[in-house]
Amino acid sequence: MSLLEVEQLDARHGLLHAVRSVTLKIAAGETVALIGANGAGKTTLLRTIAGAHRPAAGRIVFEGDDVSAVPAYGRLRRGIALVPEGRRLFAGMTVKENLQVAGTYGRPGPWNIDSVIEAFPLLRERLNRRAGNLSGGEQQATAIGRALMTNPKLLLLDEVSLGLAPIAVEAVYRSLEKLIASGATIVLVEQDINRALGVASRIACMLEGRIVLEGRAADISREQVTQAYFGLQKARQA
Amino acid sequence: MIWVTQILNGVLLGGYYALLACGLSFMFGVMRIINLAHGDLAILSACLVFLIADTTGISPFVALIVALPVMAAIGWALQRWMLERSLRSGVLVPLLTTFGLAIVIENGLFEYFGADTRSLAPYIGDFAYDSWAITSNIYIGSLAALIFALAVVLLGGLKLFLSYTSLGRSIRATAEDPDTAALVGINTRAIYGIAAAIAVATAGLAGVFLAMRAVFTPYSGPEQLIFAFEAVVIGGIGSLSGTLIGGIVLGVAQTLGAQINPQGFLITGHVVFLAVLAGRLVIAGVRARGGLGALLARRP
Repeated sequence: MSLLEVEQLDARHGLLHAVRSVTLKIAAGETVALIGANGAGKTTLLRTIAGAHRPAAGRIVFEGDDVSAVPAYGRLRRGIALVPEGRRLFAGMTVKENLQVAGTYGRPGPWNIDSVIEAFPLLRERLNRRAGNLSGGEQQATAIGRALMTNPKLLLLDEVSLGLAPIAVEAVYRSLEKLIASGATIVLVEQDINRALGVASRIACMLEGRIVLEGRAADISREQVTQAYFGLQKARQA
Repeated sequence: MIWVTQILNGVLLGGYYALLACGLSFMFGVMRIINLAHGDLAILSACLVFLIADTTGISPFVALIVALPVMAAIGWALQRWMLERSLRSGVLVPLLTTFGLAIVIENGLFEYFGADTRSLAPYIGDFAYDSWAITSNIYIGSLAALIFALAVVLLGGLKLFLSYTSLGRSIRATAEDPDTAALVGINTRAIYGIAAAIAVATAGLAGVFLAMRAVFTPYSGPEQLIFAFEAVVIGGIGSLSGTLIGGIVLGVAQTLGAQINPQGFLITGHVVFLAVLAGRLVIAGVRARGGLGALLARRP
């Protein structure tokens, strides 16, 4: 049984049809990379899975239960956590408080403040600093740590390397690789195709709201991804 | 000596303003709603306690134990059935709905209680006018001192609650970013309900103490709203310790104004409020132009 099944999902922002009948199955332990140009619908798809955006049609099934009508806080308690684009920390609260507040409502499990610090050692010295005063990399680590504090079964990561210095991206990905090795189920949106191909076991390319290419990372070449990214396949078929 | 006494009285009066302003500041801080019915909710609570004390003869202090949960429930219900809906339609609509609520409360109370001026002072015996001698010629009212202590405890307690409890942290997270708060598992709807319950209960507490230390009518609410609003703006909106300072500044300004001229009570308070507001605007303007240094450097 799949951990997450997205069936014929449609999501809109007013007149904009951001996600068009997307069907996606994710098994426990998989790392799926969502690739696509700006505006392809990746962020909307993740937000709809997390419950932050209301779908226009379709179903979201998590562990066999239809969670389409469950609000975001309820989905988190079932084990779906989203690290939103732009990190969205509670800037006026300390790093520790950001972690604590997420830990309050999550599921019981191995993640707590100590294990988050172990995974992101750069946070150790920053625990009592205001989250708004941290560097981009530290903020991203806090945002991922905040999601981990809820002990999610499915972790959705939206553009974790956006706006970070290369060295910070490196640190974040090192921690992610450890996470993946521990058997976590992850869906990540990544603009850097090489990075996505490097960490993901499966790739899904989105174009104009649809998934146009999907398959095991090992079976997909850079060229195929590039073609899907720019919509060249579709042009050729037409 | 009269000036020292007046400053002391002003500080204690400021305690009442802080008590009154606490809920207004809290509701704005968490929900971004300026509750124009705040003063009227305080009067509603005073009327409720008056009704209990008048019909059963029990002490207003005991009646508070009944009235505060009722006020909290009213706050929760207001959030669930009125404010939540109006918040969805933008920032102006909650302002209008709370203004409408203010009118409904005022006229509802007038319908039931009539235009009589009432006070809870007769129901608390000597305590209404008792005083303590600080020195041979400085006295402070014991009720005023109690209200001041209550304000300090309430604002301090609320600050500790927000800083050190998980519910308090959830309220702060929701205040900062409700969308993200939901993504870390917070039921923001429940949090808003709790915040409204706390805000309206504190308004109710202030209303009862107003009724003990002074008089009230069904139409006393708007004046109390203005005092609360002035205290909040002077102290910095959304800041709890600022609210206490703002209340004290307003209280001292009013009593000193009254000492200078018997008619100076209200006008001095308003002038200080406007001066602080103007000062804030000037400072914000200077900051927007790159700070004082940059502004002076530009001068030839």
